[in-house]
Amino acid sequence: MADALIAITVLWGFVFIYAVMATMDFGAGFWSMIYINHEKTKATNVANRYLSPTWEVTNTFIVALVVAVYSLFPTAAYTLGTILLVPGSAILLLLALRSAFLVFSNIATEYKKPLTYISGIAGIIIPGLLISVLPITHGEFVDYTNGTANLNLVRLFTSPNVYTFIGFAVSSTLFLSSLLLADYSKASKEMEAYKVYLRNGKILGPVTLLMAFLIMLTLANEAEWLYERMMEDFALLLLSVGFFLIVGIGLYGSSPFQKGVKGMPRLSVIAVVIQYLIASYVYGKAHLPYIIYPNVTIQAAFTDPNSFRAVFITYIVGFAILFPGFFYFWSLFMNDKRYLRQKG
Amino acid sequence: MDDLVIARSLFGTTMAFHIIFATIGVGLPLMILVAELLYQKTKDLDYVVMAKRWTKTFAILLGVGIPTGTIAGVQLSLLWPGFMEVVGRVMPLPFQIEIYAFFVEALFMSIYVYAAERIKPWMRIVSLVLVALGALASAVLITNVHAFQGTPAGFRYENGEFLDIDPWAAFFNPSFLVTAGHVALSAYVVGAFAVGSVAAFKMMKNERGSRVYLFHQKALLISLVVGGAFAFFTALNGHESAQYLHEYQPEKLAAAEGLFETQSHAPLAIGGFTDRETQEVKWAIEIPWALSFLSGNSFDTVVVGLNDFPEEFWPPLYIHTLFNVMVGIGSLLILIPILVLIWKKGLKKKHYPKPVLWTLVATGPLAVIALECGWIFACTGRQPWVIYRILSTAESATTATNLGTLFILFIIVYAILGTAVVFVLLYFFRKNTEMDDIKRAEKKGKPLYGSNS
Repeated sequence: MADALIAITVLWGFVFIYAVMATMDFGAGFWSMIYINHEKTKATNVANRYLSPTWEVTNTFIVALVVAVYSLFPTAAYTLGTILLVPGSAILLLLALRSAFLVFSNIATEYKKPLTYISGIAGIIIPGLLISVLPITHGEFVDYTNGTANLNLVRLFTSPNVYTFIGFAVSSTLFLSSLLLADYSKASKEMEAYKVYLRNGKILGPVTLLMAFLIMLTLANEAEWLYERMMEDFALLLLSVGFFLIVGIGLYGSSPFQKGVKGMPRLSVIAVVIQYLIASYVYGKAHLPYIIYPNVTIQAAFTDPNSFRAVFITYIVGFAILFPGFFYFWSLFMNDKRYLRQKG
Repeated sequence: MDDLVIARSLFGTTMAFHIIFATIGVGLPLMILVAELLYQKTKDLDYVVMAKRWTKTFAILLGVGIPTGTIAGVQLSLLWPGFMEVVGRVMPLPFQIEIYAFFVEALFMSIYVYAAERIKPWMRIVSLVLVALGALASAVLITNVHAFQGTPAGFRYENGEFLDIDPWAAFFNPSFLVTAGHVALSAYVVGAFAVGSVAAFKMMKNERGSRVYLFHQKALLISLVVGGAFAFFTALNGHESAQYLHEYQPEKLAAAEGLFETQSHAPLAIGGFTDRETQEVKWAIEIPWALSFLSGNSFDTVVVGLNDFPEEFWPPLYIHTLFNVMVGIGSLLILIPILVLIWKKGLKKKHYPKPVLWTLVATGPLAVIALECGWIFACTGRQPWVIYRILSTAESATTATNLGTLFILFIIVYAILGTAVVFVLLYFFRKNTEMDDIKRAEKKGKPLYGSNS
């Protein structure tokens, strides 16, 4: 039991890290498309400056996530693989177009606009499809015939709950990326772009919170078991909303240390990550022990103990080896004034 | 087509498309590294320009290689859930460790490209070495899963259950080193000849002795030396691979050689087509006793023929042709560089005649054809098994039906990506000619790597 809990925590960690990085990644791609004709604000340049070196690293996390599922919970991987064939393939197709055209748009400068449109639009659909995996694991869209699982696409796409999840994913993508890019453009001293992203954050924050409420509202109807378990941690959900208010302080307030600049985007970014961390903890805890409700539990799907031990050791060794690399990467692209404040 | 055939075709198409980019993605970093090191040694700026142009090519190819690799990784679970369930349980380590290799490659690739002008020269070399090592490690590790499929180890299989699982024993399965070595070495062959093809083509298009001609001549020389050497190593390793088949998957070797009767002093059939009815290889050149010698280093070696196995477990017989094409091209790729280097260095000829250049242009596409034949041989030769004598391909496939639409959609997307990547490469290098980059390199203090258009 303890091992399975550790394993699901590792998996949840990967989901969370990928979710945060992917929203920033896909969002940055989308903003880079939206502001492509507003050359003066440099909003597109800032988005690209963030995106160019990071998209490959972000993409690796989705592979890490899939590998973690089948190496930690092979039985769950079997069922997930079967029912996610259609949504999974749709994600893969869009992801292929998105990544390739993102690279191409930076190389074939004359065709930058059409290429950016393809990658930007493909990119904003992906989070909506990715998050649909969550309601699918709630179980009500999976039919079992003769022991094999099947996804009922009609029921899936007529469920209000699924649409609130999709809406939440898209607005979160835009919200989190706005906050990050606000911070990034402030560090880059691109004040025009900073104002644009700060404003977007102010608009999208309430929209995202509304979407979160709508998820809970429809969840009470469609997956009551999950709703009730989540409400058991009502205090934590309130705390999460509390951090959302801190995000608001970061957006509207002025820094006591810096005169003349409105907003503290760094505070907002940190607060929003904590907000999502708490909320996803409550969701994940309520979801346990089910990976797919009600047939696949973490205990039943857990891998061989020997394999788990071996994999867990590689996590520790891998993290130890990679950590300096991530730190060096961060210092070169997130924290180096020569990179941030370049022209163009 | 039934669903199993469509599932296999879909995954096969994904792999056939992906490996072109993946293989060049392993091979090119080595070429870039060689160019960077040659620059440190000679201080000839041409090598810096080469490194820059190859890096750009590498970055563009990654734009297709990374998403198709993501597709391959995820499609494994979507199309072969039964297989991945077993892999997850018994053989999770290669995939897991490969993730770290990916991260190393992705992190340092970005550092090498986007921080080129901000880091010290030795750090650039370190970054590049890490990119090359990351790429190599991912190739070796993913091939390890393929090796495991042929020579499964690290568990006891009883009544459909996997017992006494030892993931490290599975990791170090018998054919790991020899199979992974084959893929790694041949990737350097493909990378080198891909470069050589372009260089030879450009030499034809430019005036003899011109600046651009000489630039490409240097590139061609690197690719001939690297490509020829690795083609030789690949052949040595290939010989060992065949001996492994003899030991571990005899029906695969029998089908590759079109051998039906078990015998010592077995002949080697080169070319021709295997005929199931008459049980012979038609129109082949037969070298007496050679197969026995190649399989076990002695003419007395008994090579097992297909008739010793039930026909339902025979691999498809066309793999004989795939095997021949792979070996044939591999041999040519050892021979061509030797002859060209003798012509150039030995006979001290100044120029390459047109037919020679055309032959050199052909080496890149030939290397890719050999690569494709080798992979299709390796994977269809294992049929009907996905894990040799443990799990059949049919058992491991998804239970979902109507895969046809997905198959068509993926083909369309691959066609779009394939066309787009060619256009982008042509567009970029037409806008940034060799002379543009050479001039940029000669002006000190101007960023070369960041330069675009």
